Amino acid sequence: MPAQSLFEKVWSSHIVAPETEDTPAILYVDLHLIHEVTSPQAFDLLRSQGLKVRRTDKSLATLDHSTPTLPFKTLEELEIVSEPAAAKQVRQMEQNCKDFGIELRGFSSRERGIVHVMSPELGASQPGQTIVCGDSHTSTHGAFGALAFGIGTTEVAHVLATQCLLQTKPRTLAVDVNGKLQHGVTAKDIILKIIGTIGVGGGTGHVLEYRGSAISALTMEERMTVCNMSIEAGARAGMIAPDDTTYQYMAGRPLAPQGASWDAAVKRWRTLPSDADARFDQRVSIDVSKLTPMVTFGTNPGMVIPIGDAVPRQNDPAFRKALDYMQVESGKPLLGTPVDVVFIGSCTNGRLSDLREAANVLRGRQVAKRVRLLVVPGSHEVKRQAEAEGLDEIVRAAGGEWREPGCSMCIAMNGDKVAPGQLAVSTSNRNFEGRQGKGARTVLASPITAAASAIKGAITDPRELMPLQ
Amino acid sequence: MEPVKQIRSKTVVMPNVDIDTDQIIPARFLTTTTKVGLGKQLFFDWRYAPDGSDKPEFVLNRPENRGAAILVGGHNFGCGSSREHAPWALLDFGIRVVVSTEIADIFRSNSLKNGLVPVIVDKESHAWLLANPGIEATVDVASATLTAGGKRIPFPIDKFTRYCLLNGVDQLGYLREHEADIARYEAAHA
Repeated sequence: MPAQSLFEKVWSSHIVAPETEDTPAILYVDLHLIHEVTSPQAFDLLRSQGLKVRRTDKSLATLDHSTPTLPFKTLEELEIVSEPAAAKQVRQMEQNCKDFGIELRGFSSRERGIVHVMSPELGASQPGQTIVCGDSHTSTHGAFGALAFGIGTTEVAHVLATQCLLQTKPRTLAVDVNGKLQHGVTAKDIILKIIGTIGVGGGTGHVLEYRGSAISALTMEERMTVCNMSIEAGARAGMIAPDDTTYQYMAGRPLAPQGASWDAAVKRWRTLPSDADARFDQRVSIDVSKLTPMVTFGTNPGMVIPIGDAVPRQNDPAFRKALDYMQVESGKPLLGTPVDVVFIGSCTNGRLSDLREAANVLRGRQVAKRVRLLVVPGSHEVKRQAEAEGLDEIVRAAGGEWREPGCSMCIAMNGDKVAPGQLAVSTSNRNFEGRQGKGARTVLASPITAAASAIKGAITDPRELMPLQ
Repeated sequence: MEPVKQIRSKTVVMPNVDIDTDQIIPARFLTTTTKVGLGKQLFFDWRYAPDGSDKPEFVLNRPENRGAAILVGGHNFGCGSSREHAPWALLDFGIRVVVSTEIADIFRSNSLKNGLVPVIVDKESHAWLLANPGIEATVDVASATLTAGGKRIPFPIDKFTRYCLLNGVDQLGYLREHEADIARYEAAHA
């Protein structure tokens, strides 16, 4: 057999009908993640054609996007804390799951969370799987060596009805990341650096495989941060080969294989990494040994600089428009720019280690007077663990808000948003115009950069506030 | 889906690079549970003044661009989220073709499910289209060409995509015809 990459192994083992000159491949889906925003029209399509959900056992549903992060005691209070359209959408999700026999991790579930936080912590996301969701950040699950990608609502209906998708085979791009990270530099800074290097369209048509010593050294939560933002480089998906770090993370999780089937699964998973001589359509190599914390200065995630650098100069109308929107100037550093809002959370950086790192910066300090700090755990499980460690108290004592799990200010369709003109340092994934609210200006950064900026009330290099190692 | 064979229209030009789906339709409008009527929210934050009136300078609000069905965008059109609301909004507004040098994967896939034709052209042709806004153009799916101003610009389209557009193929129906293959796969991987 010719040498195969991780992607090729997963792809070829899920072919229901092969790609031909005239038709795309039919690809089987092992896990379909479903949320309230991109599924209602898909369920309606099934209804209109009298179709059932083919594999409810391969569907995992939750509420996250338009779901409020303000606490409410009884389910009837949803209509009080939510905007009417959002509440209606949440209610419709409850009804759709009931009608089609899908278990919903809804308000009464201890497991509810952002879909890309919840599925891995349940052990549902596994190496070698195909995983899809009507959400572009599905690339997150590639951290487990799964082929995971976002789909549109029509395709959500395809998967609900047939558990399959029509797909043309993507190309592959190996992203070799080597070097030891310096103190205060995180997985978020790595992925921002990668996107800045290959560009927001650099991955279009490709599945990325992140490899190299810097990737192997990452924890699973850090790998998820990296894979999460693959779509911000335009990639179809991003993957990391499974290894002992992967298996240690997964062992014992409720939906992971148990006992003898666990041993068999690990044996199978060990065959997944790319063969030594596997061919990639493209390669890029990045050394992160001198990487510093990264921050975005423009209106897409590729417009990113080392935190100590000045905003670059480019004589391009789109570039100037982005700088005008952000109210930043070429040649001037972002450091010291006043901050109005700091958001720590999202499917990119809403996991326990993210909140721990942020809390380490916040501990014993006060958020600057002008700043609103919002910390939103990615799931109830993250929230419980964080509270058991007292992280909620650190956030509150610093003057921050501690919320219920959800997508929150990352997408600003659930009540949490940044006001027009305000500058937010955000641990989320998109700094598009208006992404965090109409007229909102977003600077993407790591949880520690965000926390340090909250304390200082201005964009701050987190290494200023961290004890030396 | 209705068959899509040929679209004749003047072009409207939005030269901005990296037009993302949050610009095409902001996330706060995604609380809808239907796909109808989203044209009103198309490019909402670029299109309307704070009082809700049209911004006269925005390209889609200019009288000469009314009715244009072929949108020529900058490089990397449709990047960002997987929201199918983006092509739904474009189609509801009356846009039936999007032209660029690069179109994001998920947006492209979503567009094709709804009969919005993604047309990827070479840099030189793109520059010419950007420099000639409002030109009468014809996009022909069968021959995979965009013709305008005496130029004949080919664009890539795979056989299946072309077949689906020309015949209005319901891809869910196509997948369901493979029930035997799916059942066989499931039996082998149970």
